[in-house]
Amino acid sequence: MTGILSLITYSPLIGVAAILLLRAFRPHDDESTIRAVKWITLVTTLATLALSVLLVAQYDPANPGFQFVEDHAWFAGLHYRMGVDGISILFVLLTAFLLPICIAASWNSIEKRVPAYMVCFLVLETLVIGVFCALDLVLFYLFFEFGLVPMFLIIGIWGGKRRVYAAYKFFLYTLLGSVLMLAAILLMIGVSGTSSIPELMNYKFDPHLQTWLWLAFFASFAVKMPMWPVHTWLPDAHVEAPTAGSVILAGILLKMGGYGFLRFSLPMFPQASDYFAPLVFALSVIAIVYTSLVAFRQTDIKKLIAYSSVAHMGFVTMGIFAGNALGVQGAIFQMLSHGVISGALFLCVGVVYDRMHTREIAFYGGLVNRMPWYAATFMLFTMGNVGLPGTSGFVGEITTMVGVYEVSTWTAVVAATGVIFSAVYALSLYRRVVFGEITNPALADITDLDWREVAIFAPLIAMTLYLGVYPAAVFDLTQASVDNLAAVYRAAIGG
Amino acid sequence: MILSNDLALAVPELILAISALGLLVVGAFAPRQTGALALAAMGALGLAAWAAAVGPIGRGFSGGMISDQASAFAKVAIYIASAVAIPLGQRWFERKAIRNFEFPILILLAALGMGMMASAGDLISLYIGVELHSLALYVLAAMHREDAKASEAGLKYFVLGALSSGLLLYGSSLIYGFAGSTHFDDIAVAVQAGAGTGVLFGLVFLICGLAFKVSAAPFHMWTPDVYEGAPTPVVAFFAGAPKLAAMVLLARVLSEGFAGAADQWRQVLVLIALLSIFVGAFVGLAQTNLKRLWAYSSIANIGYAVLGLAAGNAEGMQAMLVFMVLYMVDVTGFFACLTALSREGRPMETIDDMAGLFKERPAIALAMSVFSLSALGLPPFSGFWAKFYVFKAAINVGDPMIQIAAVLGLVGSVVAAFYYLRLIKVMWFDPAPSGTDAIPGEAKAVAIGAALFSFPVVLGALVFLDPLAKAAAAAFGLAS
Repeated sequence: MTGILSLITYSPLIGVAAILLLRAFRPHDDESTIRAVKWITLVTTLATLALSVLLVAQYDPANPGFQFVEDHAWFAGLHYRMGVDGISILFVLLTAFLLPICIAASWNSIEKRVPAYMVCFLVLETLVIGVFCALDLVLFYLFFEFGLVPMFLIIGIWGGKRRVYAAYKFFLYTLLGSVLMLAAILLMIGVSGTSSIPELMNYKFDPHLQTWLWLAFFASFAVKMPMWPVHTWLPDAHVEAPTAGSVILAGILLKMGGYGFLRFSLPMFPQASDYFAPLVFALSVIAIVYTSLVAFRQTDIKKLIAYSSVAHMGFVTMGIFAGNALGVQGAIFQMLSHGVISGALFLCVGVVYDRMHTREIAFYGGLVNRMPWYAATFMLFTMGNVGLPGTSGFVGEITTMVGVYEVSTWTAVVAATGVIFSAVYALSLYRRVVFGEITNPALADITDLDWREVAIFAPLIAMTLYLGVYPAAVFDLTQASVDNLAAVYRAAIGG
Repeated sequence: MILSNDLALAVPELILAISALGLLVVGAFAPRQTGALALAAMGALGLAAWAAAVGPIGRGFSGGMISDQASAFAKVAIYIASAVAIPLGQRWFERKAIRNFEFPILILLAALGMGMMASAGDLISLYIGVELHSLALYVLAAMHREDAKASEAGLKYFVLGALSSGLLLYGSSLIYGFAGSTHFDDIAVAVQAGAGTGVLFGLVFLICGLAFKVSAAPFHMWTPDVYEGAPTPVVAFFAGAPKLAAMVLLARVLSEGFAGAADQWRQVLVLIALLSIFVGAFVGLAQTNLKRLWAYSSIANIGYAVLGLAAGNAEGMQAMLVFMVLYMVDVTGFFACLTALSREGRPMETIDDMAGLFKERPAIALAMSVFSLSALGLPPFSGFWAKFYVFKAAINVGDPMIQIAAVLGLVGSVVAAFYYLRLIKVMWFDPAPSGTDAIPGEAKAVAIGAALFSFPVVLGALVFLDPLAKAAAAAFGLAS
């Protein structure tokens, strides 16, 4: 099965090539061409999903090491090195799972420059999967950094009114973080003489050097995550991005930060991670409590969900730096669960935005009267966001909190209040948008979900409930790698 | 037989010199045959590149000329870049109804001078090389005679260039006076024995003179004006190859003549590098004319190359060589794009002119986006790899001064990112105004070719470029 990772990574580019070929023959935006472009994209993303499912089916969960490894020498000591383990494989699947949904969600709502839009999404898929599969520092950086460009274009071309401002902010913020990471990467290559991630995991960096390297990586991943106080780009980017852009952003791009902490910070700089863990805990609980309160005050639905994302990512960072198997398991689970639920919530916003072209909470109210199916769907994901038992949101939060409780009781206690706050803002949002009588006459003729939207939400609903009642589906896959990671980390910090 | 050994080292120079003189005679009798002259000049450059690649290694003319892997590497790159510049400029001048047969010949003479710079082994040949290529460039900058701006650019370039040559000469005479020789080898011995104030004074002047040639801050003032005024295809030429030649020359002087004073010149270079990076980044923010913008971008980029030199070891030299070659391709491609674009006969030179270009000219807009992202240093484009080498060398040099400079340099690249993004934003996000003129074929070919090199060809090309640049860097004789 070697080569399957490259196949999955680059398969979206086959779709890009097909679109470009089609455009070479039919350069005009007539309806049949546009429809063909959409179908090419959808089929490509579905094929990638099928390959990813095949990958997971072939994966040996008992083996904690990297599997499906590909390794070709490149130049200047660099290698083209790919591989997945229990930590990364599910993110590959999550990416492949969300992309067809994004394409379907953009089916009618994107009207201008459709081919360019589809190309951006396909390229983005390649880059994101590449990030999760890359086992060479420079290759990782390549995928990680170039992902900014398609997202910059998606926000900047197809976004809302202040899209240019949001696109710049997104790009420059993340770029500043990642150039510091680049400096650290180059230093690591110079010191250790290798750019191989598996080898670097066993390389013992000098504890003093670790501090600097950790901070540089932290600068990049904390912005990406995003952690308080460097989260301010996220609400802007979310509000201005088109619906599918928000789904990708919340569902996948934010996870690159958490993945980075798991792949680099924890195993490569254990002493520094231990040293800085209280800082991360503090920032995490501030994120959980503070951004929950901020979310409550929002008047824009998307902005509210964006702030709730920051709060939920607080659980992830907290769980990761607990450094025990439970915390890390919970963090991974929380990331997957949040990828599905927040993606679904943004799609819920997209449904009403497509009909009414506004995201003001005050505009809506009483939607349950006209849109019962929509109300039920929105209810489920709101509950998932709150962390109701039976949904995947619950499992992630409770596992991270138990993991953190073992390390820092106070952090867990304060974080637990965040669960209450999340109920406050999420339920109040739901009440204001869905319940009550219709007072706004513009909403009188609003229609319920059509078959396309049902088809989009169905897999997300299934996933939320499935992971909620049977979380072992995830834990079984991640167990071996996470246990290994936690054991090595504990041994390194002597705990 | 001594002379024939010497001449064997100088085969590329001989080819270029003889062709230039021969073509001048031919041109004088058949001035209308510009196409044939251009082709012949390109052939001569190709031949010279081949001769440089396979030629013997050694020192000749009693040490005045060095032929080694470094000079061969630089010469091949310079000659190829010069050959590309010929059709680009020739066709442009023809469209402007300027039928000067001298254009390819001046390029040949400039290439000859640049080759001599790469091979210089003493202060005399250094100066001859610098002057030969500078004089050709002054004329090229002012070649569009009817255009007041071009004449102004040529004059400005000439006056300030003369000043820098003065600095070079003054520094050389100081070094000669205090070290007792013009040969780099002898200077190295003198410096090793203890570099006195006089020699260091001379060295600083020498560095200043060459910093002027590569347009590094604070000697960059001429760059935006000259870039703006000079004909665009000529800028495509002199934004790339001459800077590579001057950087190689600088590396040669510092490594072979002044290795013993490395601690001193590294401080100077770090200062120049950081100033260039930040002047290029911040002043570039205020530009609206793309040629001026790219002038500031080139100032910033030269800062990165100088940072590689400042590392002061073999990795740093390799980084500088790789950086300059990759940068040369990008900058040539970018100015080829500008050469190609005009609207109703008026060249499109401001950022606002590019509005909605992606819709109208997707290929050129895509190429310009690639060059912008590459200059920004975004992977996987060639500009990233260029910076990758430089920062890898600088960060691992084990000297906190250079390491801090490297981190500051990276932060500077984020500032510069703003104006590259603005160009992309204008091309991709903004609505398009009226139609552009037809794109000339040769400019489009150069632009697309350079863009394809920037990505994806570079990913394969580096496999070959890396060992070549490594061997070339080793020829400078610095410790790794």
